Amino acid sequence: MPQFTVGEKVRVLSQWPPSPPIHCRTPYYIRGCSGVIERYCGDFANPEELAFGRVDPINLSLYRVRFKQLDLWKSYQGGISDMIDIEIYENWLEKI
Amino acid sequence: MTETSDHEHLHQYDPGHEHPLQADQDDSITYFKAMEAAVRNLLIEKKLITAEQIREKIEQMDARVPANGAKIIAKSWVDLEFKRKLLANPRKAIEEFGHDIGPLHLIVLENTEKVHNVVVCTLCSCYPRWILGLPPDWYKSREYRSRVVREPREVLQEFGTNISLDREVRVHDSTADMRYLVLPMRPKGSEGMTEDELVPLIGRDAMIGVTEVKV
Repeated sequence: MPQFTVGEKVRVLSQWPPSPPIHCRTPYYIRGCSGVIERYCGDFANPEELAFGRVDPINLSLYRVRFKQLDLWKSYQGGISDMIDIEIYENWLEKI
Repeated sequence: MTETSDHEHLHQYDPGHEHPLQADQDDSITYFKAMEAAVRNLLIEKKLITAEQIREKIEQMDARVPANGAKIIAKSWVDLEFKRKLLANPRKAIEEFGHDIGPLHLIVLENTEKVHNVVVCTLCSCYPRWILGLPPDWYKSREYRSRVVREPREVLQEFGTNISLDREVRVHDSTADMRYLVLPMRPKGSEGMTEDELVPLIGRDAMIGVTEVKV
């Protein structure tokens, strides 16, 4: 069951796992940033295990999280309402 | 050298001035090529799959072209009930066109007067290949992937697309299990056109969101 609900404010964990060998689908540029849950996408196999041929029996909830561009980039030149939506797995999110 | 003399010398035999041969692209065995060949031959030897099945699959993959997506977009412009289905349940709507999108999930992003959507996969090259075919080279380039998330309006301008500041630019980073298809706005001036006439207007780049559709 998804832990977060649509509209809830969340922060992406500011974790920097050593590499290699690591495979994760959380881009560097979004770690530590705060956004809002846009939708719950379903439960999926953990890519961090799948990449090494291991299947975790428990699937992870996947969300699309919406961030304000102005919150991400200090020098952002676009409109104040510009957004970016990113898919992020639940193990990378925390409540604010 | 003028164009004329450059052209003329192509027709003259000049032993001291031969053109270099175009390099072949398939004359070296890289690590991954060797691994692919080894796995493929093992699978065939063990009778798990046949060479014919592999060939068929490649042929099927190569048959996927952006025109498939254009037909879906054109139908959604002329058939509002289809558009409603496409936005609510893309998988089901697209299955009506005979496209099997496999285990992945598709999200259709509707462009409006208020929002312009653009898709990127910053981590690799995730792309709705079942309906658009292979992604263009620029989509996989480091430059596009790194810049479109932080200066999308500048990148769009380089594609000839100007989005006014009062319209939201919404970037979608396809980082995991979702795939994205942009539903562009129907262009002004296309009101009297039929579904079949609309299809050729809708290019691949508009369905990624780096351009808008024009008549």
